[in-house]
Amino acid sequence: MTVNEKVAVDHGLKKDEYKKICDLLKRVPNITELGIFSAMWNEHCSYKSSRKHLKNLHTKGKKVIQGPGENAGVIDIGDDDAIVFKIESHNHPSFIEPYQGAATGVGGIMRDVFTMGARPIANLNSIHFGSPQHKKTKNLLRGVVKGIGGYGNCIGVPTIAGQTTFDESYNGNILVNAMTLGLVNKNKIFYSKAAGINKPVIYVGSKTGRDGIHGASMASAVFDDKIEEKKPTVQVGDPFTEKLLLEACLELMADDSIIAIQDMGAAGLTSSSVEMASKGKLGIELNLNKVPCREEKMTPYEIMLSESQERMLIVLENGKEEKAKKIFDKWDLDFAVIGKTTNSKNIELYFDEKKVASIPIDFLAENAPVYDRKWKKIKLPQSIKFKKQDFKTLKIEDCLKKLLSNANICDKQWIWDQYDHTVMGDTIQKPGGDSGVVRIHGTSKAVAASVDSSALYCFAHPLSGGKQIVCESWRNLISVGADPIAITNCLNFGNPEKEKNMGEFVECVHGITEASKYLDFPVVSGNVSFYNETKDKGIKPTPTIGGVGLIKNYQNMISMDLKNTGNIILVIGKTIGHLDQSIFARNILSEKKGPPPEVNLFNEKNNGFTTLKLINEKLVESCHDVSLGGIIVAISKMCLKGKRGIKINQLKGLVNKFEYFFGEDQARYLVEIQKENLTKVDKILKENSVHYDELGTVIDENIEFSDEIKLSIDDLEKTYKNWLRKYMIN
Amino acid sequence: MKSSVIIFPGSNCDRDMDVALKKFGFKNKMVWHNDGDLPQSDLIVLPGGFSYGDYLRCGSIAGKSKIINSVIDFAESGGLVLGVCNGFQILTETGLLPGVLQQNKNIEFICKNVFIKINDRENKYFNNIDKEILELHIAHNEGNYFCSNDELKKLEDNNQIAVSYCDNKGNCDYQANPNGAIKNIAGIFNKNKNILGMMPHPERMIDKYLSGDDGSLFFKNILNNLKR
Repeated sequence: MTVNEKVAVDHGLKKDEYKKICDLLKRVPNITELGIFSAMWNEHCSYKSSRKHLKNLHTKGKKVIQGPGENAGVIDIGDDDAIVFKIESHNHPSFIEPYQGAATGVGGIMRDVFTMGARPIANLNSIHFGSPQHKKTKNLLRGVVKGIGGYGNCIGVPTIAGQTTFDESYNGNILVNAMTLGLVNKNKIFYSKAAGINKPVIYVGSKTGRDGIHGASMASAVFDDKIEEKKPTVQVGDPFTEKLLLEACLELMADDSIIAIQDMGAAGLTSSSVEMASKGKLGIELNLNKVPCREEKMTPYEIMLSESQERMLIVLENGKEEKAKKIFDKWDLDFAVIGKTTNSKNIELYFDEKKVASIPIDFLAENAPVYDRKWKKIKLPQSIKFKKQDFKTLKIEDCLKKLLSNANICDKQWIWDQYDHTVMGDTIQKPGGDSGVVRIHGTSKAVAASVDSSALYCFAHPLSGGKQIVCESWRNLISVGADPIAITNCLNFGNPEKEKNMGEFVECVHGITEASKYLDFPVVSGNVSFYNETKDKGIKPTPTIGGVGLIKNYQNMISMDLKNTGNIILVIGKTIGHLDQSIFARNILSEKKGPPPEVNLFNEKNNGFTTLKLINEKLVESCHDVSLGGIIVAISKMCLKGKRGIKINQLKGLVNKFEYFFGEDQARYLVEIQKENLTKVDKILKENSVHYDELGTVIDENIEFSDEIKLSIDDLEKTYKNWLRKYMIN
Repeated sequence: MKSSVIIFPGSNCDRDMDVALKKFGFKNKMVWHNDGDLPQSDLIVLPGGFSYGDYLRCGSIAGKSKIINSVIDFAESGGLVLGVCNGFQILTETGLLPGVLQQNKNIEFICKNVFIKINDRENKYFNNIDKEILELHIAHNEGNYFCSNDELKKLEDNNQIAVSYCDNKGNCDYQANPNGAIKNIAGIFNKNKNILGMMPHPERMIDKYLSGDDGSLFFKNILNNLKR
């Protein structure tokens, strides 16, 4: 095939990018080379629109061993133990083929983690679907959940927490973000930087097929009517092979045979070989006839661009080939020496004894385009002045029931019953709590992890929204008694070539940076997914934050279920009653305008650390952060989990009850404490200038508030638990 | 007391089982399916997981593996063989236990705590457990036990139905059946009751910080029997 501008454009390259390629090479690339350029220069691999802004992220900290730029981030949790973690999107493929899209998303992120030498110990996910009424939603949800379960369950890594939301802006672009945590000895971490010349380059894992060709390019474009035709670009997952690959790699990693290792993810053999060489400032030479292929007559172009799953590329020490091969033979996996490192600083490909490509590595990596895209600042919307009569006909009871059965608040057990969340025998907080918690096997430590996003807040005001999600993640970790350490982010946005979408991106990143700096909660890994847009309609900006924290002694972990009748519930943090952008305003008052709640970072930090202090002093029986739906939804969940009720005190002063109960002010926690500890708790809170209210007392079975609320926990449980199950069955 | 856990490609509860056995005092060995002979053991465990990906019928390929012949010999000589989840599926595939495990009735993977009722005490797995009902954990896609009426009659006549799904009061009714298993069957014995296959995972319930610790009673009981 002759390469020209049209062929380049069909590969997703812009005309001026094609010109740049010809200028750099001082010739027209052949088709294989063009394919390699298109794979390396697309948005997904090159971060060309986002790179400029990602530089500003707060990525350093005392406990950060490895920040962004590797397969995953690494943090120190003491005693030579380190946690490797990352979140990644698999949005485009999951919309086209939900089962395989989601499954390979999980497979890909686990590979990123065990590539670094870590055994995966927990999976999480954040999944977002269109309106429940939309005709595709149900099947997409079913397929995605089955795909996530199908892969994670088979590998035997527990899925310990997650988040599911519904919003019409995802009707044409669902989001599937998968996160994995792995455990590694901090002195035995493996990186992707190649070193040394004439070192063997090894291919291990599954054979290469024609699946997933141009997957990364597909994920770098908007959708149109012909999206179904893109099905062949979705990869097919094989969790069994990944399980073997995991065990084989960890076995090989037990000694020092490996110089560098990189999984073949997006853009397959192309990006893995280029990245390893680029980081080591080396060249690489591959003989493509040696690549194990699943199908006949595959061309160099297809071999280089295939995104077949469950494959790894390894640069080995000389002389270790036999030993390595033995391990991979034991696990029935393909093993082939396909090339070597060179000092040419080029990627050179041979096929049928002919040189089929030769490109300086720099052109693909360092010289990849970087764009400073135009973006539009988004002003803080005006506050809504709610009037008394807006609430006149409303009953708190009815509103609470309506919100508890709302798709975005209701119980998600239908989903997590399908994920194995207890395999590995260390899960001590299951999905459905503020964070999932797994023990560090054989120690007294445990790690907590949570995934969060708030697209409505980010849509209303990206800067506040960006800050808010970092704080939410921080609170979810503190609520289980964990010391927050670091985060990973998955930045899901629309088309960056549109100023509004680019503005949303820039300001969300700004917000994330500001909050993570203030809270010393650095970003250690992540990915960007742009072009979540179908026929000109983009998604609401949905940055997802995955937070990780440490519990030094797992016996001190806190959960949200109410423990004992007679205990007192406190609201830590001040309640102003901010209803704009709340789920109450949206679903009860049909008001979608207004600013999201203000984020006061000083209060977040102070209230968070003080709550953690109460927990560490063993003064807290249960804890839950206040978020979507406000105080009343938060306490209801605590009641439902603990199968106990609460008698709520009369409110002090002239507050609007709806604002008090449903307002979504930030930096708040509900804590259950024993009566006799109230004095001690009061002292600590006052010493730290933390505001608190006494909400009420734990009782046996009802939620009660003067003569306005009297709801039995049994009834409320049905409301909360039945919505999703019924929706999926009907 | 010595135990062996057999690892097949795709087993994923092997370590959990190892941890549980050791916690209660077994000297456990992990045995790779292709490594030849079985070490001398008092108990052999086929752990949960997805042997060979379960891409064919669950457990069918592992059921034909080399080491299985030694397991069959061991079982036929009266040795204790425990199969949990995928291990149970493998045992039915070898013919050591009757019946099959079909896909769950709701065609979904199920991971949750369940209650099981102990039906028989004349065996070394449950004899001295001083509880009628245990709370254990299931995590499977194919746990829907089925067998012919003749086989079912034999199981009932010989008291081979080891444990049945029930509610917290011991009622083995439709509501307490998570996967559609015939007669709420959660686990069965062979005729001599030295082989037990069951879907619930006792190894995931061995301390109070986990989903529960009724699994501890199970392991302690086996060990006490073997010590005698």
